[in-house]
Amino acid sequence: MYTNEFRARTNDKRRRDGERGRQRGMATRYAKPTDLEEALRLLDEARWTMLAGGTDFYPTLGSAPLRGNVLDINGLAVLKGISETESHIIIGARTTWTEVLRHPLPPAFDALKLAAREVGSIQIQNSGTVAGNLCNASPAADGVPPLLILEAEVEIRSVKKTRVLPLKDFILGNRKTALGPGEMVTAVRIPRQAATGASGFVKLGARRYLVISIAMAAARVTAAQGQIAEAAVSVGSCSAVAQRLAGLEDGLKGHPVQACAGIVAAYGFPELSPIDDVRGTASYRLQAAREIVARALLQAMGSSAEGGLAA
Amino acid sequence: MSATPVSLSFEINGKPVALAISPVQRLSSVLRDELGLTGTKVGCDAGDCGACSVIVDGEVVCACLTPAASVEGARVRTVEGLANGTLSALQQSFLRHGAAQCGICTPGLLVTATALLEKNPAPSEIEVQDALGGVLCRCTGYRKIVRAVTNANGPTALDTALIPARAAVGASPIRLDGERKVTGAEIFGADERPEDALSVLVVRSPHWHAAFEIGDTNAFLGAHPGILAVFTAADIPGRNRFGVIPPFADQPALAENRVRFRGEAVALIAGERAAIEDLDLADFPIAWKELPHALSPEEAKTSFPPLHEGRDGNLLTQGYVECGDPEAALASAHATVGGAIETSYVEHAYIEPEAGYATMEGDTLVVKACTQAPYMDRDDTAAVLGLPPEKVRIVPLATGGGFGSKLDVSLQPLIGLVALKTGRPAALAYTRGDSMRSTTKRHPASMKAAIGADARGRVTGMVFEGDFNTGAYASWGPTVANRVPVHASGPYLTPNYRAVGRAIHTNGPVSGAFRGFGVPQATIMQETLYDRLAEKLGLDRLEFRILNALTDGQKTTCGQLLESGVGIRPCLEQLRPHWRRSLEEAARHNAASGKTRRGVGVASCWYGCGNTSLPNPSTMKLGITPDGRVVLHQGAVDIGQGSNTVVTQICADALGLPLCAFTLIGGDTSMTPDAGKTSASRQTYVSGKAAELAGRALREKILRFANVSEAAEIAIEGQHLLVSEGEVRRSIALSSLPLDADGYAFAAQATYDPPTEALDEKGQGKPYAVYGYGAQLVELEVDVTLGTVKLLKVTAAHDVGRAINPLLAEGQIEGGIAQGIGLALMEEYIPGRTENLHDYLIPTIGDVPEIETILIEVPDPEGPFGAKGLGEHVLIPTAPAILNAIRHATGAEITKVPATPARVLAAIQAVEKAP
Repeated sequence: MYTNEFRARTNDKRRRDGERGRQRGMATRYAKPTDLEEALRLLDEARWTMLAGGTDFYPTLGSAPLRGNVLDINGLAVLKGISETESHIIIGARTTWTEVLRHPLPPAFDALKLAAREVGSIQIQNSGTVAGNLCNASPAADGVPPLLILEAEVEIRSVKKTRVLPLKDFILGNRKTALGPGEMVTAVRIPRQAATGASGFVKLGARRYLVISIAMAAARVTAAQGQIAEAAVSVGSCSAVAQRLAGLEDGLKGHPVQACAGIVAAYGFPELSPIDDVRGTASYRLQAAREIVARALLQAMGSSAEGGLAA
Repeated sequence: MSATPVSLSFEINGKPVALAISPVQRLSSVLRDELGLTGTKVGCDAGDCGACSVIVDGEVVCACLTPAASVEGARVRTVEGLANGTLSALQQSFLRHGAAQCGICTPGLLVTATALLEKNPAPSEIEVQDALGGVLCRCTGYRKIVRAVTNANGPTALDTALIPARAAVGASPIRLDGERKVTGAEIFGADERPEDALSVLVVRSPHWHAAFEIGDTNAFLGAHPGILAVFTAADIPGRNRFGVIPPFADQPALAENRVRFRGEAVALIAGERAAIEDLDLADFPIAWKELPHALSPEEAKTSFPPLHEGRDGNLLTQGYVECGDPEAALASAHATVGGAIETSYVEHAYIEPEAGYATMEGDTLVVKACTQAPYMDRDDTAAVLGLPPEKVRIVPLATGGGFGSKLDVSLQPLIGLVALKTGRPAALAYTRGDSMRSTTKRHPASMKAAIGADARGRVTGMVFEGDFNTGAYASWGPTVANRVPVHASGPYLTPNYRAVGRAIHTNGPVSGAFRGFGVPQATIMQETLYDRLAEKLGLDRLEFRILNALTDGQKTTCGQLLESGVGIRPCLEQLRPHWRRSLEEAARHNAASGKTRRGVGVASCWYGCGNTSLPNPSTMKLGITPDGRVVLHQGAVDIGQGSNTVVTQICADALGLPLCAFTLIGGDTSMTPDAGKTSASRQTYVSGKAAELAGRALREKILRFANVSEAAEIAIEGQHLLVSEGEVRRSIALSSLPLDADGYAFAAQATYDPPTEALDEKGQGKPYAVYGYGAQLVELEVDVTLGTVKLLKVTAAHDVGRAINPLLAEGQIEGGIAQGIGLALMEEYIPGRTENLHDYLIPTIGDVPEIETILIEVPDPEGPFGAKGLGEHVLIPTAPAILNAIRHATGAEITKVPATPARVLAAIQAVEKAP
């Protein structure tokens, strides 16, 4: 359930593939390469379900028998951990939420760290990966809003090529990504120019721990002399894919920090298209989104947000 | 799980192991099935419950989400590795604080807390909550767990060996079955499996209501080597109808040609374990034809053909209580209030899904499984399988939470059928989804009521009407329908009263027993109206309740004279100082403008212990062995609440021997007499009373044998029974005495059945012999911009008659409150949508606030040492007290629970919009 797994295909597809596989008398293949090139070669020659942290792989499988091929990427040491280049901060595809929490990162990443603490439980954070959270493409993925405000890019490799997509172009819909056949995510990259300012994250759920968001908001603000120089704001669980609020960001730019609450209050949130589900109604989500966006902005601007329990 | 085995080696609890296994096998399965380390539990297989937490290279992970390949070369630690010769300080602390009840979540909690303490030896409460937030517990309410972890290095606990004779009642020794719960040694339903057992899969309906036809099972078997048999309704040798209340038994073990709810069992597939694990149920040949369905009682009672013949309007049954002239009372009342409330399906969500196995011993079918009711399991299973009851033996394994749902049979007749037909043992552990889809729920209720009072604030009349969605089959629907009208007045004098409770069939999940049998729902209706009535009368809400609280010498709405033991007024009175303080604090907080508003709410409960006007006996047997052990055949199944300990404490003091002299034999139906079911808050009172009578009877036999008076003391020294009275001292060599058929030198057995009387057509009579009472005060904060509710404190005053074991009583209170919190704020089971533990939310360790317990002892002359029941009472006041506090904070009136943030915010905005 928690969103930390590489998965190129939907559940139904997996099942159909499995059935076809059996009809053809194909055996389930398992591979745990230690070399990335080898992994890419394998990906090129067959369809595989990716296994990284396991926190989505197993819940998706449930009690059904394993049918498709499994590519276990936990042998790929090169994908583990956080590194830095001149232009980017790079989160390797196997990096867990706990590793993000423990790694020293600039204040712009505070939202991501706050989200990391809210991904499932410590057990899930110790196993589940940031990249897996993106690949699972749940509308409620905790990692997406804080990565959106960091202008995150997704590094995708296949035998043929390496390509980099902005996160907003990587997640295409509920459980849908831009990953093509033979491709895998190798890293999530944060451009250094986006790692500026300070950030905040607010998750709204119906209980304190281990909860899927009703809504969540992330904000990153660069301010100088009491003026908002730049703002990045995103909301999750209020649309099929978490959204940046470009209109609000524009509206905030150049205004004094104190004007923030009023600007949020007046904003129409056209980017959001929430639905009714077991966790809340669409109209509730819209109201809540306004409130938690305001709180995430306050956090990002260094004031403690006033209010009650939000997660 | 398939995939070619690979060789893996790793370290488990300090010892190296090497295995050839599938690299994608879940670590939980490797530990349990390959290494026999069953201390690691499986509650959900999805990372939602944390029961399978283990430490891999110093970090805690869910073993159910960890591929075997990932522990190659790693150090893995499980609950079995925590004790090093002696229990760890944390394990001891769990015992000392009563932090383990049923014990199913305990290994996961211990492992997770161990990982925390190794990094942070003195964690704060918040740090403990943050660390343990991923492990769910359904029994304890978490408070004792938090204390056990923060005080892990505190002093040692009261050792049973140090409690002298006749001092067990009122003491809080470590629970007698405690140690095996903290070491992982406790055997639950899924923890034992004979080597040659067949695995069983259940084919279930994906439809609410459908006809079906099973296709060519021979072809299916032919195509699936290792799958040995398919069983359908046609294979059932007995009466294919089970049900906890025999006259209403209506549920087929396997549906015959039509299913009435989503999740109903239609066929069994039995085979070798590997073949079953590799089977895709989608391959099973079955054709469905969907039929129209009704999911709400409203629909089912008016425009839908009966789901069961003879139950017109889909009315299963109706309970009714009437006294005085309620209409006239309401018409002439100084003030009246009325309203309507709806509640949702609530899932028991015990962390242990149903599990067990069946095997033939000669011509006797032995079923070893988790259960709350071994004799009822025996009788239902025997009837379905066409066996005489004595040819079925139920051996209860430890039950990882029950709360009412494990009163009904689930897998027993199914695995019994396979074992009976194949001659091989048959094992089955429900998946979380199976458990949630197929077992019983709390009845959703649609209730309306009106209450009136005179100018002085005395309640003069009340009417109540409730439709309870009982789902597709009867289960405990009749009990709910009958219990609700008896209790819907609350523990308040109500001279003019009419209450109707109806159990209505729908195509929803079967509603059955869940802690309180409908009374928690009805109390939400009554107690929220009491707040509005007090307000209308201009009275303080607590004083209004005290004014109307029942007292000794008054009559209930059933006309039952309560001669003594009525403890509701002291419960409410004890809350007065907390009420004043909390109201002042809330007013101070609310004086400042802000996004949060504080509120304070109070609600009461009463609850009759045992069956409603029906026989309800418990039998207890004990004997003394030649080697000087007192053996108690303790059949009151301990599902975590503590009956093993409490019943023994009672028996020990009645007998006059110390607790440490006792050995227990559990509820095996071949060895232990029927102590009834663990339900209706009856075990401490009814089975405890039987244990008291049996203990006294044994004592009398010994005294008579020694020819001394009742004043004599008895003791056991080695193989001798010492009897002393003044100067007289007799030593009886137990080995020299003739032994009875059970091998006892002295033995006694006693039965107790509560003296109740039938209710007449107006519900007048004596439904229960003993009632327990309580009141709870809730302090909370509502975020008026988000509708979220943060609980600050619950103060719970409960009249238990006599606290046999105060620590266990507190544990019941804290656990009941946690379930009340879930009912009030987050739990809503939606079939087809929330059949897992991440869409169905139960409280986590961060959702239960500080709980202050006030134990009140107004003895009941009928109960053992004055004791009353407690288990269900504790859940009843929590939800209405929460709703009353939300209303106090914001004015918001919640008309449907759970009060999710969306519903609370909508209710707040409705108040703001009101003129």
